[in-house]
Amino acid sequence: MLRVARLHVRDRAVAEEVVQETWLAVLNGIDRFEGRSSLKTWIFRILSNRAKTRGEREGRSVPFSALFAAEATDGEPAVDVDRFLGPDHPRTPYAWANPPRAWTQEQVITRETLDVLRSAIEELPPAQREVIRLRDIEGWSAEEVAAALDVTDVNQRVLLHRARSRVRAALECYLDPEMEQAR
Amino acid sequence: MIGRAGSVTCRELVELVTDYLEGALPRGDRKRFERHIAACDGCTAYIEQIRLTIAATGELKEEEIEPAAREALLAAFRGWNQDRGA
Repeated sequence: MLRVARLHVRDRAVAEEVVQETWLAVLNGIDRFEGRSSLKTWIFRILSNRAKTRGEREGRSVPFSALFAAEATDGEPAVDVDRFLGPDHPRTPYAWANPPRAWTQEQVITRETLDVLRSAIEELPPAQREVIRLRDIEGWSAEEVAAALDVTDVNQRVLLHRARSRVRAALECYLDPEMEQAR
Repeated sequence: MIGRAGSVTCRELVELVTDYLEGALPRGDRKRFERHIAACDGCTAYIEQIRLTIAATGELKEEEIEPAAREALLAAFRGWNQDRGA
């Protein structure tokens, strides 16, 4: 909750206040919860609304919506274009020139690989980082994440796509270093 | 989403993987996607890497609430409880 609040308000102490206020609002308003969404979605909607109001009052230089929009539309490809053949290839344009290797489960869940994974997630832009954490670490549904962060389903998916693509690339860089010389 | 009527290229496919895994591809695109991976070892390996990346991410544990934040939250709860009891 604190992380989601901090997407809207920069100051940590203010974000902590927002989380507390949210819990109190939840406790006071629980009788009005109608069960039309999951309880989690409802709680995070309260959190997002409160955090947004506080963020506006705080005068954040970059509005929250712009943060998401910029991250959702940045044009970076999932895989470096140099890994593919060019448009003029006689038989298979845009096919893999340098295809990925098969990994095993044992390979990716070693402590070292998980450390690489954790830092790759830390280095993501904030909206992508939050989406991949909520979806793939905490196991939330797409609908829950879209509601909690107040983004459209499409933008939720775009952010998830960019996040997973970058994290995969970071793992490949570690597991198959010779593949990523161009990156 | 897929430009040409016939097939999807490897370079296009890697951008559609999340839509595919999320069940968000329209039916025709989904068929083209599946036809491509059935015949392409590179893209099969790529999707498997994405699946393993997702599985490994699921192994990461979230950090605990910091003790100071926990204390403040508990204090706020106690206050709420007293107000209610009064």
